Amino acid sequence: MKKRKFGPASAVLTVGLAMAVAWSGPAQAGKADDTLNWSTNREIAVVDPYYNNTRELVIMGHMGWDGLVYRDQETGEYQPLLATSWKWADDTALEFELRDDVKFHDGSDFDADDVVYTFNHVSNKNNGVLTFRNVSWIKNAEKLGPHKVRVNLHKPFPPALAYLANAAFILPSGHYDGAPAKADGNPDFAAVEPVGTGPYKVADVKAGEFVLMEKNEDYFANSSKGTPQIGTMRFRTITERNTQIAELMTGALDWIWDVPKEQAERMAAAPNITVENAKTFRVSYMAFDVDGDSGTDVFTKKKVRQAFAHAINRESIAKNLVGPASEVIHSACHPDQFGCTQDVIRYEYDPAKAKELLAEAGYPDGFEFDIYAYREREFTEAVIGDLAKIGVKAKLNFMQYRALRDIVRKGETPVNHMTWGSYSIPDVSAIVSNFFTHGPDDPAKDDKTKELVEVGDNSVEPETRKLYYKQAFERIAEEAYWLPMFTYAKYYAFSKDLDFTATSDEIPRFYTTKWN
Amino acid sequence: MIQFALKRLGIAVLVALTVSMLSFSMIYLSGDPAVALAGEGASQEDIENVRRVYGFERPLIVQYGDWLIRALQGNLGHSNYLKADVASVIFERLPTTMLLGACALAFALILAIPLGVVAAIRANSMIDRVALTIAVIGQAMPSFWLALTLILWFGINWRMLPITGTASWLNFIMPSIALGYYVTPAVMRLTRAGMLEVLSSDYIRTARAKGLRPMTVLFKHALRNAIIPVVSLSAVQFGFMLGGSIVIETIFAINGLGFLAWESIQRADLPMMQAIVLVFSVFYILLTFLADLLNGFLDPRIRVA
Repeated sequence: MKKRKFGPASAVLTVGLAMAVAWSGPAQAGKADDTLNWSTNREIAVVDPYYNNTRELVIMGHMGWDGLVYRDQETGEYQPLLATSWKWADDTALEFELRDDVKFHDGSDFDADDVVYTFNHVSNKNNGVLTFRNVSWIKNAEKLGPHKVRVNLHKPFPPALAYLANAAFILPSGHYDGAPAKADGNPDFAAVEPVGTGPYKVADVKAGEFVLMEKNEDYFANSSKGTPQIGTMRFRTITERNTQIAELMTGALDWIWDVPKEQAERMAAAPNITVENAKTFRVSYMAFDVDGDSGTDVFTKKKVRQAFAHAINRESIAKNLVGPASEVIHSACHPDQFGCTQDVIRYEYDPAKAKELLAEAGYPDGFEFDIYAYREREFTEAVIGDLAKIGVKAKLNFMQYRALRDIVRKGETPVNHMTWGSYSIPDVSAIVSNFFTHGPDDPAKDDKTKELVEVGDNSVEPETRKLYYKQAFERIAEEAYWLPMFTYAKYYAFSKDLDFTATSDEIPRFYTTKWN
Repeated sequence: MIQFALKRLGIAVLVALTVSMLSFSMIYLSGDPAVALAGEGASQEDIENVRRVYGFERPLIVQYGDWLIRALQGNLGHSNYLKADVASVIFERLPTTMLLGACALAFALILAIPLGVVAAIRANSMIDRVALTIAVIGQAMPSFWLALTLILWFGINWRMLPITGTASWLNFIMPSIALGYYVTPAVMRLTRAGMLEVLSSDYIRTARAKGLRPMTVLFKHALRNAIIPVVSLSAVQFGFMLGGSIVIETIFAINGLGFLAWESIQRADLPMMQAIVLVFSVFYILLTFLADLLNGFLDPRIRVA
């Protein structure tokens, strides 16, 4: 019985020994083994672009699958992808000529049947696509020839190409036919093995841990997406932000995002890391209870709303709290979206003017109210600080998104400070139509605004759309129904070995990355 | 003894039932699960669709009853998010969490018992104070802070240990220390108190008078008796570690049950959350029940009480 050595000393010894064994450090990845290791905080179990609605699957969707068209991020123009050309047959029908040299990852040929099958499956509500709004505008698809299809719409839907490029990936015909049954007897479409035509193919998935994608060596030539460069892409779930940073610094990861500002600024000094701040489609806004549903009539007064617009130093919040790529917006849309204009009335930061307006509205000594928020607490706290300077006392109700959303939609919030990401759709209909056509998120329910927005929503003529949307934005700004605040900006941190460019739609195109 | 065991078992079952009921209702209090599942910014139509597909529109009590009946039949349901059988996901991840808990407990015991013994032998001396300080630091220091500090030094600055994953036993060193250190004080204090009590008892005096070697007296006679309450405490602490691993697993990206629990809460995966709470509480209750039985077995007075 020689086990007397057990004690703190031996514990320390064991740890020391372990360190000696591990002296060579954890396995290094990245450029050396041609594997891009990227990580976010989400667990991914289902690798299917229609039955998983996470941002990660949108990113992987663009890697593993192709849409009919491709949107050039720089010019905003649509280019061919699986389709070679297209035209509007009428206001509710788009016709596409398809490529005849594309193969799916399983070796089968791509043709019109695949497009017809995919669109008819996903547009059928009973098939339970998670973000149904991405495809709900499709009525059906029909085959016009071996490489020609017609997509019929329920009604005119001008941003159709934006959705086709961003969220309508093509699957092989009969893809979901062999779906296993769930416990309730319904088919479990999410359980089907992923097959696409994209520049990368899914090689291995461990639910909640990693998704491994490998370069598709047979990816079709002259694709608008280019030719994939890096051999393997490995996605890993690491929930804790500090752990992600630690792994990036030690080389076990090559790419992370959503790094908090202070940490990003500190990381920028590291010799092996590039830190980039890039704008996103998400905007911050403040919505007022214009129709007085919440029980207070303060915000039914236009001058109070305008006073708020003058009182809040949006420029300071954007630059000091969000990041250098963030910009103040004056209109209820993102500047990168089609149809967005910043040419509307502007409320410059002017506390004196704000006080004046408050006095004119009958509140010379200010008032108290409840403000609701869910996202970055410090942004809302900055707003509260600015309002205090004009004598308005805001009580912060900070809640979980799903709880807040309920009460916002019931009209119970006098003011809510929220955000909107427009589903990364580069068209103003993805924002203004949600908030100003009398839907549950509409704070004003103004008939005139609704009318203007709907003309824009239903016309396929770009100039007509721009004209009517502009009038709607002018009215929203003039009446101060909404206070558009600023665009969000994200911090990306990645290995200096990686040649990566961020895009404002928050969809990193990993298939375009290469090693430096 | 059998009557005592049955009574305790009855209480344990009731506690498990209450815990599951409370957790079920709390999930709903935190907001609409259909909104969480549909994702941020989902349209009302999407949410309604999700609500219909997953049966969230039924009364809460019906949903709970439905779940309970199936759970009793061994069917824990289907994860809304992972799209997999809940029981198989849990049993796939349970070993990792158990291994982490066992490593952490081993670390705590290896550190705490010798410290407790030394502190008792040299009560009120400098050594006792040092041991107490180590214990107090363990109690006061949040485990996430310790975890991050370990990562900073051993992972980043010295590059000695891997930070995330479970690829090798090296991956378990930092998480085990971070998780185990927190329970060190309780074990140490209990060992110290037990030893102090035992060392002043008559049979130890007799053993010493018999001329036994001090080490034999200490380890064979004193520690064996003083350690009994530590054994039952360890059982309960093991249960605590399974639950406490939520934070540690998240920090070290260990794909265990704690991590799964945290993720399931984030995405309002009701069947998964329910099952995890059930598994955790059953474990905890089972360990407490075993500790009760052990105590009852060792000390007949408890059985009467």
